[in-house]
Amino acid sequence: MYKVGVIGDKDSILGFKILGLSVFPVTSPEEAAKILNKIAKEEYAVIYITENIAAQIRETINAYKSSRFPAIIPIPGNEGSLGIGMEEIKESMIKAIGTDILG
Amino acid sequence: MALINVNPTRMELTRLKKRLLVARRGHKLLKDKRDELMKKFMDLIKKNKELRQKVEAMMMDVHSSFLIARSVMPSEIVEESLMFPKQKVFLQASIKHIMSVEVPELKFETTSSDDKDIYPYGFAHTSGELDSAITSLSKVMQYLLELAEVEKSVQLLAEEIEKTRRRVNALEYVLIPQLTDTIKYITMKLEENERGNLTRLMKVKDMMIEQSRRKSRS
Repeated sequence: MYKVGVIGDKDSILGFKILGLSVFPVTSPEEAAKILNKIAKEEYAVIYITENIAAQIRETINAYKSSRFPAIIPIPGNEGSLGIGMEEIKESMIKAIGTDILG
Repeated sequence: MALINVNPTRMELTRLKKRLLVARRGHKLLKDKRDELMKKFMDLIKKNKELRQKVEAMMMDVHSSFLIARSVMPSEIVEESLMFPKQKVFLQASIKHIMSVEVPELKFETTSSDDKDIYPYGFAHTSGELDSAITSLSKVMQYLLELAEVEKSVQLLAEEIEKTRRRVNALEYVLIPQLTDTIKYITMKLEENERGNLTRLMKVKDMMIEQSRRKSRS
């Protein structure tokens, strides 16, 4: 049995709590990185991070890219989509194919 | 021309020929693997992109409805109402193999029996806006999970494709030319030795004939 975690600023992620996800409100990127490292070792299969936080702890997130669990997925916070999720898709594509062919 | 540093002997030649055979076969297999991975990757990345666009749009709706909910109610009450969730989500994660790359397959289960009954608060002190925000959030959840699965698969596949491509290139542009060059070098060296041997034998034969002729004359 795996759990699902959400990391982000309180206002953006409060709603997830009601669905039964584990919510970790953070205020600073350092705190977020610390929590991420901690819960990645536990039984979390998916961890959602709001984009504004994810943008600041990229290195920490990239460290988990090649392992099967957890999947760390950026989601838009309440200030709107920053395009980080899309950028990551692009990055994967460039890594695999060499160019961005979907545009 | 890059050569492997070996002794030009017949034994070394057979050994290298065997290695070349193995390298060629490995190269072909890896190339097939790369092509197939690429095909799978293209399907997945298209799906990933569509899903992400959809999820991001839906998330925006959720955030705006939460914003409205918060504006019509004091934030303490919102927080208080959301304090104790009624349901819990568990993930059933299994492993799927795509061309021997292990990717996760996620299924989620909730502890509550009815999806309509997710509101953990009484309706007396909360507004309808909060209800609709939560309803839309619970709708997004399924897509969010699918996104997680697809996006992780894409990342893992990208990694594997990069690795495979590097191997294919190393075989194609380094190992195989090196082996063919060395094999050619050894064959040529051996032929040269053969020719040297032949001339020497001919020379010896001439000398022996000369000698025997001189002996019979005397």
